[in-house]
Amino acid sequence: MSETRLERRSAMATLLAGRGDDLLVVPGLGSTTWDAMAAGHNDRNFYLWGAMGGAAMIGLGLALAQPNKRVAVITGDGEMLMGMGALATIGIQRPPNLAVIVFDNGVYGETGMQPSHTQGGVDLLGVARACGIRPYLDVRDEAALADLAACLKNLRETLFARVQIAADDPPRVLPERDGVVLKQRFRAAIGTNP
Amino acid sequence: MTAADWPDRLFATLKRADIRQVGYVPDAGHSRLIERCRADAQIRDVVLTTEEEGVALAAGAWLGGERAALLMQSSGLGNCVNMLSLARSCRFPLLMIITMRGEWEEFNPWQVPMGSIVEPVLKLCEAQVYRAQTPDEVEGAAERAVQHVFGDERIGAVILSQQLIGRKVWTK
Repeated sequence: MSETRLERRSAMATLLAGRGDDLLVVPGLGSTTWDAMAAGHNDRNFYLWGAMGGAAMIGLGLALAQPNKRVAVITGDGEMLMGMGALATIGIQRPPNLAVIVFDNGVYGETGMQPSHTQGGVDLLGVARACGIRPYLDVRDEAALADLAACLKNLRETLFARVQIAADDPPRVLPERDGVVLKQRFRAAIGTNP
Repeated sequence: MTAADWPDRLFATLKRADIRQVGYVPDAGHSRLIERCRADAQIRDVVLTTEEEGVALAAGAWLGGERAALLMQSSGLGNCVNMLSLARSCRFPLLMIITMRGEWEEFNPWQVPMGSIVEPVLKLCEAQVYRAQTPDEVEGAAERAVQHVFGDERIGAVILSQQLIGRKVWTK
């Protein structure tokens, strides 16, 4: 099964290619943060080194505060599972400029590839759908990934996507770790520093 | 102004502070304040499934240049502890307004374990605590918390005592 799945680094690169200054990215802690950094640093990325379960809610607060920019939360299945209630909260707010994209490989990659709930059959796409988030995209191949990248460029309503990726463990590419630097750099880039 | 107006004065403080996002888990002690926030066109009210969502919401709001407040009951603080690392590591301003349970005329003993450790937990998490014991103290406590939180990008908690909230009626 895993041999037919998308490769995470190239999937991230596809989603962020030609991203534009109006795309703000919140990658979840761990692998998706390394993926975002590997795709090329951008001050408009708010990398997470902790706050597990918080990525989608950071994205919601940001999307509500910046209605003229697009916000992409790109996180892993384990991170999303820890904050699954956020999908209920987002489901009733539905800012049109928010995308929540889950890279689902069915394992907790940072801790030794233990199986996650999604490998056991829990369907995050079904959760998002049940929370009233539309559209919801099941991304299983390059064509669907290209569709998602196009949707992200032309975001009109809260979007949820599950990207089925292979359970591999590419070399870590580490961004800045100092949270205050990450915050100030991000705010300076989008002009929200006082 | 009467003593019972304290939620309206608290709301006025949030408005003066230009709070634009208010996250909350529904709570009887905050019912009036929640009602005022929901009715205000300039405030986005965000009902949460758990209080820790509000810590992350406030961080995102600040990244985007808006100020947020997080309303909760004392039990909710326990749900926030790890997520407070986000505010501490990045020095995100975080204004928490906490109604107390388990400290005065509490009928439900299950409220006591968390209620009794609210202030020490806040202090361990590097939050400044502004306690209002009586209605007259609410506005001043909130004003000082706002100044600390947004002036210095820190965590501050306004504690509203259970005596101030009043006894919960258990028999209907």
